Amino acid sequence: MVKDLSVNLSGVKLDNPVIPASGTFGFGYEFADFYDINCLGSISLKGTTKDERYGNNLPRIAECERGLINSIGLQNPGIDKVISEELPKIRKVFKKPLIANISGFSIKEYVYNCEKIDKEEQIEIIELNISCPNVNHGGMAFGTSPEAAKEVTEAVKKVTTKPLYVKLTPNVTNIVEIAKACEDGGADGIVLINTLLGMRINLKTGKPVIANKMGGFSGPAIFPVALRMVYQVYDAVKIPIIGVGGIEKAEDVIEMMLAGATAVEVGAANLVNPYACKEIIEDLPRVMGKYKIEKLTDIIGKAH
Amino acid sequence: MYKNDIYEILENKMITKDVYRMILKGDTGYIKFPGQFINIKIDGCFLRRPISISDYDENTLTIIYKIFGKGTEKMSKMKIGEKLNILTGLGNGFDNNLSGKTPLLIAGGVGVPPMYRLCKELLKDGKKPIVVLGFNTKEEIFYENEFKDLGVEVHVSTVDGSYGTKGFVTNIIKELKDYTYYYACGPMPMLKAVYDEAQSDGQLSFEERMGCGFGACMGCSIKTKNGTKRVCKEGPVFRKEEIIW
Repeated sequence: MVKDLSVNLSGVKLDNPVIPASGTFGFGYEFADFYDINCLGSISLKGTTKDERYGNNLPRIAECERGLINSIGLQNPGIDKVISEELPKIRKVFKKPLIANISGFSIKEYVYNCEKIDKEEQIEIIELNISCPNVNHGGMAFGTSPEAAKEVTEAVKKVTTKPLYVKLTPNVTNIVEIAKACEDGGADGIVLINTLLGMRINLKTGKPVIANKMGGFSGPAIFPVALRMVYQVYDAVKIPIIGVGGIEKAEDVIEMMLAGATAVEVGAANLVNPYACKEIIEDLPRVMGKYKIEKLTDIIGKAH
Repeated sequence: MYKNDIYEILENKMITKDVYRMILKGDTGYIKFPGQFINIKIDGCFLRRPISISDYDENTLTIIYKIFGKGTEKMSKMKIGEKLNILTGLGNGFDNNLSGKTPLLIAGGVGVPPMYRLCKELLKDGKKPIVVLGFNTKEEIFYENEFKDLGVEVHVSTVDGSYGTKGFVTNIIKELKDYTYYYACGPMPMLKAVYDEAQSDGQLSFEERMGCGFGACMGCSIKTKNGTKRVCKEGPVFRKEEIIW
């Protein structure tokens, strides 16, 4: 029997639950040089701010056991260029729903960016990034306080028509209360998790590897942390969850969905294996067969 | 376009202290220019390791690498017949059409390898490249004879003066007058010194810590006069006139 991989995120139907995570897939078209990216469920585009940003000083990357630390610092061409230059390029090679990842340094900026991107018909979901650990002021600051998370969600919700998914940081004491605050603020979904704040020190120099000293730790090593947070938040909210963090194979997708995710994002794995998402999607029917799953939506939250 | 494939090790031998030459068998059809690089998956390391291509033919490619950390250490222990997962066709290489008649090829340490293929390409075009190699000390020198075997003029400097001109590649460049262009690859302080010293236009190849190696993660972006560029994608080779130090 043909396996049903389709999922539904607040009315946006995806052929499968696999979405490359923001920041690991550029604006998507880079990967069209490797394979036909239309096999993907969707793509979460590179985090976008109002103004163009160069980002942090180099080095921005550090190797870790089963993962890496990045400190890119939201390098992006700014919302106007994303709309005028990047969206037309990705649209040429990708015909499925797109997710815009929006960042900001103030509520006013989040509102401005979201209102603009909301008008772009190729964007079907807005992912509100209140969890970037690599910028000062704004970024993660909105994602570490329930009040601020609710306030920014409410403000953006007022000016947007598309499903609004809020991407949260794991660098908090109580992820559940932040997720609930976003739901109260009108969020249509939650994306869990952004990177864990981490660092490495070079033994030869005795100094931090990353120029900005600290950065966001991601990769297979953080999968259990992400899974735990998805599991906890699933119990507390009624809105869908996109599970992110360390997913590198089809089995991880199943595990994340059992914990409560409706869809998943794949991040660090793309950097090492540009075919990671494609291979996961192609392998899902086999793994579903192994565990006697006919329809992926049947298993969402079934670990509870 | 890129290629991800499995390559078999045909040779992996030390050519001088901590520096190894590895010859790999596999598809080289996606390599277009000297100065491009490959990105190698190594068991036990999360990120791939980017290494410049020194030479290639229809079905083999040669890299020269120095033991620098865990990844290159593991590579140095690999045996003939073992296989590696590699991405090829990465990066924007040297443009040999701009060289003029007598270009300088300036390289320091592990910046030397990509110059070998570039030198061969320039000779094929009927140019007369002059090679300037810089090392810290005599025992680190490699490929001086390989360049000489191509029939080109080769100059060598060592920081401690144990071989060739004492000092840096710039001490040699100062004495050379009639070059038409330059190509440089090496550590950042060397590139800056060459940029300041050389009288002609040129192209410089940069090295940076990379996440992906194919333009997705923005881990290696630098500021240039033409905006932000990725060392792995628009680079690693940049024109002299676009560089901001």
